[in-house]
Amino acid sequence: MKKKRKNEPFLIRDCSLAAVAVGVQAQSLRELRDKIATIHPGSIYHHFWGGRLRPQFEHPEYHNDFAAWAHHALHDNVLAERLGVIDPTDFKELEDLRQELVDVIEERLDEQDWLAWARREDQFHFIRSQIVVFSTPLRFESPADMPDVISAMSASSIFYHFIDARRRTPEFLDDFCTWLNGFDGEYDDLVQEIAQIDPYFLSLVDLKQRLSQTVSDYLMGVGHVRKHFERTHGRAGTGEGAKQ
Amino acid sequence: MNVTLDAYEPIVGRDVIDQLFQIAAPLKGMKIVHVNSTRVGGGVAEILNKMIPLMNALGLKAQWEIITGTSEFYQCTKNFHNALQGNHVVIPETQLREYEEVNARCAEELRGTLEGADIVIIHDPQPAALIKHFTNRKGKWIWRCHIDASKPYRPVWKYLRNNVEDYDASVFSLAAFAQPLPHPTYLIPPSIDPLTEKNIDLEPEEIATVYDEFGIDPARPMILQVSRYDRFKDPLGVIEAYRLAKKFTPTLQLVLAGGGASDDPEGAVVLEEVKLAGRDDPDIKVLDLPPDAHRTINALQRASDIVLQKSIKEGFGLTVTEALWKSKPVIGGNTGGIKLQVINHHTGFLVNTPEGAAHRIRYLLHNPDEMKEMGKKGKEFVRENFLLTRHLREYLTLMLILWFGNGDRIELDRLDWRTNERS
Repeated sequence: MKKKRKNEPFLIRDCSLAAVAVGVQAQSLRELRDKIATIHPGSIYHHFWGGRLRPQFEHPEYHNDFAAWAHHALHDNVLAERLGVIDPTDFKELEDLRQELVDVIEERLDEQDWLAWARREDQFHFIRSQIVVFSTPLRFESPADMPDVISAMSASSIFYHFIDARRRTPEFLDDFCTWLNGFDGEYDDLVQEIAQIDPYFLSLVDLKQRLSQTVSDYLMGVGHVRKHFERTHGRAGTGEGAKQ
Repeated sequence: MNVTLDAYEPIVGRDVIDQLFQIAAPLKGMKIVHVNSTRVGGGVAEILNKMIPLMNALGLKAQWEIITGTSEFYQCTKNFHNALQGNHVVIPETQLREYEEVNARCAEELRGTLEGADIVIIHDPQPAALIKHFTNRKGKWIWRCHIDASKPYRPVWKYLRNNVEDYDASVFSLAAFAQPLPHPTYLIPPSIDPLTEKNIDLEPEEIATVYDEFGIDPARPMILQVSRYDRFKDPLGVIEAYRLAKKFTPTLQLVLAGGGASDDPEGAVVLEEVKLAGRDDPDIKVLDLPPDAHRTINALQRASDIVLQKSIKEGFGLTVTEALWKSKPVIGGNTGGIKLQVINHHTGFLVNTPEGAAHRIRYLLHNPDEMKEMGKKGKEFVRENFLLTRHLREYLTLMLILWFGNGDRIELDRLDWRTNERS
């Protein structure tokens, strides 16, 4: 007899992003600071994470748009490095992230005797995103399904469940860990392993592979695949699963 | 399963096709009308020719209408185009009146179609004034501006803005190209279609035909720039860069391939200047190709070692996209949409001067493995970001947002456009 499942199936959703020009630009470092201080929080989010879903090269030198602009337009590599190292996953709230940006820029303004300007063509254009979320036919019934299903997910679906989830869930967790926590502690080790994957420095395609591999290695390592097989199909030679 | 979308599956993957069906599902049966001013020639017609069948394949009821005008109307809209790009153009009052009259006449001709549409997408300034004649419209109207309007000639923009501010949304290719408007401004970069003659895979034998046809030696390195003969594309700067690089690689050949000079007086002047600059060197080929020479351009791009797009000013730069799709490293001018596509040491190099271009030509010719690696990266970059399927997805996303709400997040589960109350 099958053991009762401890958790609801995980239904895979996907998303598509629309980029909106907010009509705000900065041409100097001081302008950038002033605009960051007041811009819609969705714009802060977009310039850290939105690049994952909009046309952009997968392995940029800097991992947020502010750092890239400091390098390419202001030619201030000191500032670019300081902005580039800001990891948005360190901040629970976008307002805290905004304050960190302002602090770093103000520190740089204090250090400089002159104000850094960009060419008109290289102005920083603030953008925000709107996200459309929709269902897909993919689902996990149990953690053993995860490696194959994750491999079939689109890049934007990985974004939705692994990155975007941290903004919309009360515990700031990705959806996979939230779901695994519903198994009464059985997968705590796996949750910890997934939590160690840093989404900030991986492309969505690399992130998908890393996630799938992490879950697969874990399941193989602790014998969960076999346990799951036995649970759902019976012991080899004796249970329902052995009948062909 | 649909034949037209299935043709893209080997290129983009099944997950991309499935995603399009999932996004389009709530829009099934919706009537979409695109309006522009020509069915042939130009990038807009090229995109619509493919976009309309794909939208229909996804279950939407998409159609394409055109407006036609007089020569005075087209003179006026050509002036609009130049003025949006920053040229100081004074448009005579008679031309503006003709523009308004043609739009008024076309509005009556298209009234039934446009009043019955759920979404109307008006491309560029030519039909932009149609909206003034649909005060009781029920659908959402979008103005799609394909032109770089970053520094428009203000008096003309003021006139055009009066015609476009009533739209529900506008779309520009890049944030830098947009102007502030009283409605949301969306950003959708253009795309290339991998299945058109300009981009489809060619057999080696067909690629080899351009060697004989244009006197190119296949055993020697060849660099190429494809663009119309326009000073902003800096063809003379390309010749200068070639000359500087040839000192170090004497076997180097340069092909400049363009067209459109026959019906553009300024283009003809530039073409003559370019021919003059290259006449003493048999390794410089200056080609004036007809507008339908897509397969020839395709073969030339595939036959080249490096593609240049050394523009001083550029829109999005789809010739760069085309070259990257053919696995070629690109040396591009540090301007416009080229900056989005050419990533130093990854897909090519951005340059500001002929000297910079020459330096990068030498560098690449001495690093063939790096050229190969860049070519691979460039192709994947285009596959992920600049193919027609991504463009289609973004149009569908925009339609969903306009129809179902304007918040930061729209959850589509169980929504149907027929029953959902519009925002």
